[in-house]
Parts: sequence; C-alpha cells; structure tokens
Amino acid sequence: MDLSYSDEQKQIKEGVERFVREQYAFETRRKIAATDRGWLPENWAKFAELGWLGMSFSEADGGFGGGMVETAILMEAFGTGLVLEPYLPTVVMGGGLLAAGGSAAQKEALLAPMIGGEKQFAVAYAEKQSRYNLADVAVTAKKSGNGYALSGHKGVVYNAASADTIFVTARTSGGQRDEKGVTVFAVDAKAKGITRRDYPTQDALRASEVTFDNVSAGADAVVGQVDNGLALLEGVLDRAIVALCAEAVGCMDALNKQTLEYIKTRKQFGVPIGKFQVLQHRMVDCFTNAQEARSMTLMATLKIDDPDATVRKKAASGAKVQIGKSGKFVGQSAVQMHGGMGVTDELAVSHYFKRLTMIDTLFGSQQHHLTRYGNLSMAA
Amino acid sequence: MDLAFTPEDIAFRDEVRAFVKANLPPDIADKVANGKHLVRDDFMRWQQALGRKGWLVYTWPKKHGGPGWTVTQRYIFENVCADMNAPGIIPFGTKMVGPVIYTFGNDEQKARFLPGIRESSVWWCQGYSEPGSGSDLASLRTRAVREGDHYVVNGSKTWNTMGHWADWIFCLVRTDPGAKPQEGISFLLIDMKTPGITVKPIIMADGGHEVNEVFFDNVKVPAENLVGKEGEGWTYAKFLLANERLGIAAVPQSKRGVDALKQIARSETQDGKPLIEDQDFRNKLADLEIQVTALEYTELRALSAMAAGGAPGPEVSFLKIRGSEIQQRISELAVEAVGYYAMPYQPALLWHGANEEPIGPEHAHIAAPRYFNVRKTTIYGGSNEIQRNVISKMVLGL
Repeated sequence: MDLSYSDEQKQIKEGVERFVREQYAFETRRKIAATDRGWLPENWAKFAELGWLGMSFSEADGGFGGGMVETAILMEAFGTGLVLEPYLPTVVMGGGLLAAGGSAAQKEALLAPMIGGEKQFAVAYAEKQSRYNLADVAVTAKKSGNGYALSGHKGVVYNAASADTIFVTARTSGGQRDEKGVTVFAVDAKAKGITRRDYPTQDALRASEVTFDNVSAGADAVVGQVDNGLALLEGVLDRAIVALCAEAVGCMDALNKQTLEYIKTRKQFGVPIGKFQVLQHRMVDCFTNAQEARSMTLMATLKIDDPDATVRKKAASGAKVQIGKSGKFVGQSAVQMHGGMGVTDELAVSHYFKRLTMIDTLFGSQQHHLTRYGNLSMAA
Repeated sequence: MDLAFTPEDIAFRDEVRAFVKANLPPDIADKVANGKHLVRDDFMRWQQALGRKGWLVYTWPKKHGGPGWTVTQRYIFENVCADMNAPGIIPFGTKMVGPVIYTFGNDEQKARFLPGIRESSVWWCQGYSEPGSGSDLASLRTRAVREGDHYVVNGSKTWNTMGHWADWIFCLVRTDPGAKPQEGISFLLIDMKTPGITVKPIIMADGGHEVNEVFFDNVKVPAENLVGKEGEGWTYAKFLLANERLGIAAVPQSKRGVDALKQIARSETQDGKPLIEDQDFRNKLADLEIQVTALEYTELRALSAMAAGGAPGPEVSFLKIRGSEIQQRISELAVEAVGYYAMPYQPALLWHGANEEPIGPEHAHIAAPRYFNVRKTTIYGGSNEIQRNVISKMVLGL
C-alpha cells in the first residue's frame, strides 16, 4: 500500500496546475465560455501536445500507459479552474468506451486521432424518461441490410455540438428497461438523420438534445458486443464518475480557499468576520467535507480497476455520494459566507457552486448512488 | 499509488492472525464480541501477551523498543485485532505517556518507565481534566509546590478513565500560578499508591463505572518524576493530545460496528421482511458505511503523510470529530434497529456469565446503554467544539 504520487505523477500535477494558473484566470474563463464553441481549440491542441489526451490509455492503444490516478490528477486541477474544455466527454467517456470495448479498427480510426487532438466525442445515453437508469433505453436500432437504423431521442448530451463521433446506446432487443438488449454504436456526428438542439448548461458547458431519425450505422459501428452494451457503458461511466469526483475535489478546494480568504478580510462590526466562532466552525466543516471528498475520491481512484465488479461499483457510488454531500455543503456554505456577493455573477463563487450542483446530478445524484451502494452492500 | 498489499504484507497479516488466534483468550474475545464489560485482568492478559511478542507498543520506533512497523503494518495489525475481537489497547501508557517520556524524558525516566509500558506490567491513567476545567484545560488548578527534592501536590482531577485500576497517573499540574495559564504548567508522573491520593467513582448514564475523580491531598512526588522542564508541560500535553486524536478515530472498531449493525438489521423484521430490506433503513446503513470509508481513507492519508514527514499535524483533529460522530451514529441506528426491545434495562447482562435471560433478542439489551455511553465520544479528548477551534486556528489561520 502506497498513497504517494510517483515523480512522473508529480510532474503531471505541476504541469496541469501551471496551465490552470496561467491560462484559466476567472475573467479568461468567462471569455472562453462566451465563444461559439464554449472552449478553445488552442487549449485542446496544448492538451494533445502535453500528452494529456493519451495519458490514461495503454501503450497498445497508443497512449502513455497511465491510468485513473493520472486522470484524477488532471481532473482535479481542471476543477480548481473550472476548465471548460471537453476532457470528460471526449477522453474519459468516448475514449473510455473505445479502450474498453472498441475493435482494433475502431481504435485506429477513432482513438488514435482523439489522442492526437483531432477528434472530439460525445456519449448519448440519457433519455427524457430514463433519469439515471442506464438500461431504460427507448432509442431503437433496427436491423437494416448489413447494419442498423437508429431512431429516437437522447437528452443532455454533453459536447454533442463539438463532437465528430457520437456514441449512442440503442435497443437492439428486449423491453425498454431490460438490461439485455442495449448496444453501443459509434455514429458520425454529421450522419444523415441526426438533428440537434444545442444549448448552454447552468455551469457554462455545452450540451444538446439529439434526435436520431433512421440514422444508418454499419455493423462495424457496434462498440463491444451487440445486446451487451450496458455493462460496457456502466463500467465506463463508473470511471467517469471517479474523474468527475476528482474535478469536484478541485472545485471544493478552490472554493474553500476563496471563502477562507474572504472571511479573513471582510470586516463587519469592526472585525474580520472570520473572528466569529459560528463562521469559524462552518469553515472547519467545509474543510472537513473537502477532506472526506478527497479521501473517497482517492479510494475510488485506486479501486476502480479492481477485478471484482461489485467492488468497482461500490467504490464509484460511494465516492459519488460523498461528492454530492460535500459539494452541496461546501457550495452552499461558500455562498452564505460571502453574503450578498456570493449570489452574484461577478464573483467566481457562484460559478463553482453551479458546477458542484450540476456535478451532483451528472451520472446520478447522491440519492441515486446511495441506493445503488446500499443495494450492492446489503445484499445477503 | 497502490492499495494492494505486498506479499510481505500478506505474510505479515497471516502472522498477526496466527498470533491473535493462539494468544487471545477465547473468553475475552467472547466478551468483546458481545459487548460485555471487561475487567482489569482481561485487558492485562491480552496486553501482556502482546508485550511478550513486542507488539504492544506497535506505534513506537525501534530505538525505544517498538517494532518499527510501516504504516501499512500498523493498519493491518489494528484491523486484524479488531476483526478477531481483541480488546482495544488501553492508550494511556502506550500511546500517551510512553511517547511523551521517550520524546521529552531523561534517560533515567526512559529506563525506569518504558519497560513497564512495553510489557503492560504497569497500568497508567491520565490526570488532565479538573472539575473546574474541562474544555479550557489550561485553566487547571491542581497545584504542585517544589519543596526540596519533591513536589507537594494538592487538588483534584476528574473524568479519569480507569484510574481505579491504575498503578501510575500522569498529571498536568500548575507549578507557577503567576505565569500565563499555558506557561505555568508542568508534567508530573505520580505513583497511585502515594499517601494522600483518593479515587472516587463516577457512575455513568449507562450504569457503568469507567471514570473517576482523583483527589490529591498533600501528595509528595519526587522531583525526579518531573518530565522535561518545569513550566513546559503544556507543550508535552499538546504533543500527547495530537497522538491521542489519531487513535481516537477508532476506524477498525467502527468498521466492525457497521458489520454488527448489518447483522442486527438482517435479524430484525419489519412488515414481515428483514429490516435491512427496508429501503429507508438500508440507505441509512449505506450512508453510515460510506462515512466510515471516508474516515478510513482520511486516516490512511494522514498515516501516509506521517510516514513521509513525521508527527501528526493539527488536521488530525477532524479525524476525532468524524470518528466520534460515526461511533455515535452506529449506536443511534442500533437503537433504531431493535425497536421496542431497546427498552428493558438489564445491566447484569453486561457482565460475562450472567444467569439472567435476555428479555428481547440477545443483541437488543446493549443498544440503549451503548448509545447513552458513546455520547461521551464527542466530549472527551477535547470536545468536538474544541477540535473545531483547533482546526480553525492552527490549520485555517482564523
């Protein structure tokens, strides 16, 4: 057992922290968020150049042989600066699906250029009725010639507008909520029959409603096995949860730092408000919450490759529960302790709060994962 | 970064298991498993077995007679012991006064006191709190006046845990009433058999006797029993409290507590089904288990940082906060789980070999007494409010 970073990992950490410090001042971020894409291609090119896009993939897949620890290092730093570039949907989710289930041909056609910075991905899994149940898939993929025709609607698809390839879950057999019968397809984002309604999200990212109308997908578009895509997706999203938790840890640390600074300088009744014990204790609880979030994220980072699927699932859900709980406490407390300024657009505080709030919802809320964890842990 | 145990660690774990199996008397394990009261001899038999093996002072460095274990080995040892129902090691000698003596004491004191701690031939207790000074420890008033080659001690200590079984007490005493509160305090070692010491029990809400008031009436203490320098006691006291707060998180015990609670929830029923299948109760258990996991990994991070760079920092205060809250939550859910049968009061059942039949299920009678008892955890070792003050000041700089 060893909980310290290697020298290489320390270098990665220093590099990404420097990037955030130098390229992601809050006002710069505001400008990036206001661009058409909502993120900067020159930043993405830099990610590719620094090796961040391939860092967590095996050397056989064209990556640099890192893993979840490296992903978590990057995501945590991205969280401290509320980085907008679509690392999570493209690298962790899309890249993750290819690494876990892609054929050699798919890896060559899609993963290699993604690592080079030339391709963007989106993963379309949620539907209007599905909430957090990944098996609730109404989008259909009907046999058509040698391939399939996909029809239906996917909701809140992050990065769809920038994506070159959209990975989509569709039902190839079974009833709407059956676990068996879900298949993952990789379709060209510009394929005929795809229409999008693009929009910004509460936390300044970009998502889309995506409709598929008889979109044709060849047999070679299937990622993994026909009818058995659910386990593939679930495994990749569990990894995405851990990455997201690391981002949340970065958000909480940044928020706590700003709040602490604020209560040390803001004066009321002739003294810094940080002299009041009621605020001191709330600040300590913020600190404790962030520490617990960090601990659970570390636990999940190190358990996500466990050979036992129950261990992996519990690790991801346990961390997500903690992130939901801690993120809410830290976010709400930061706003409260900043007083009126905390609810303005002007300060970064409200932006971190918004991101933490959306993080709780993404991939399933605290409540959802508490139930998932409980059912896994309490089974006889 | 890696959670996996090395082959050496696995061999170590097997060695610890084999040792515990061969050396932990079954009657003691049975008492621990069933939440029965332990007596002095129970603790001593187990601690002396560990002492003979050289494992009792498992956190000590080699040069003071500890095994010099890595962080991972300590973690394995604590977890195996808890899993196999070994009693908790009494910390007053091993984790409190021992490290103070080997860090700040002189060579004579080390030679005189450390062997008795390593072997558990001497039972130590703690003389910190006083009737007038609880959380405000530095306001303590027990007075020690130097007269020739000894001190004369007058005053009283309270919340003294297991002092009725102790051979020695380490005390914070005021040697200079004129100095600032923190500066006039000294750290004295006192033989409990010294004339003038009286121990008076304090009975707790659960009916048990764990703590005492200790009165000092003109107690003569040789000056050679002063640890370090006169007036520097507060520094040693803080060093000791930081060590205390680390162990106080009780992670292995809480992991066992959650397992026991799950067992209770499997055997209790509600609407014809096991309580554990009730989604609301199940979610409470899940939430609790996640809290324990967060605490465990926080402690592992702290231990790992200590392995890299020395003494525990003030941030370990929050391990105490969360550890104590979790112990309370476990006891609270146990009361909830057993329903009506939390009510019958059967204190005799808390003793090994009681003839009385339990009125409810075997696990039920202890639920409420334990719940009442562990309210102490957020109060002792520096109340959780004091811990928040410590973090606020020392970590956050407020």
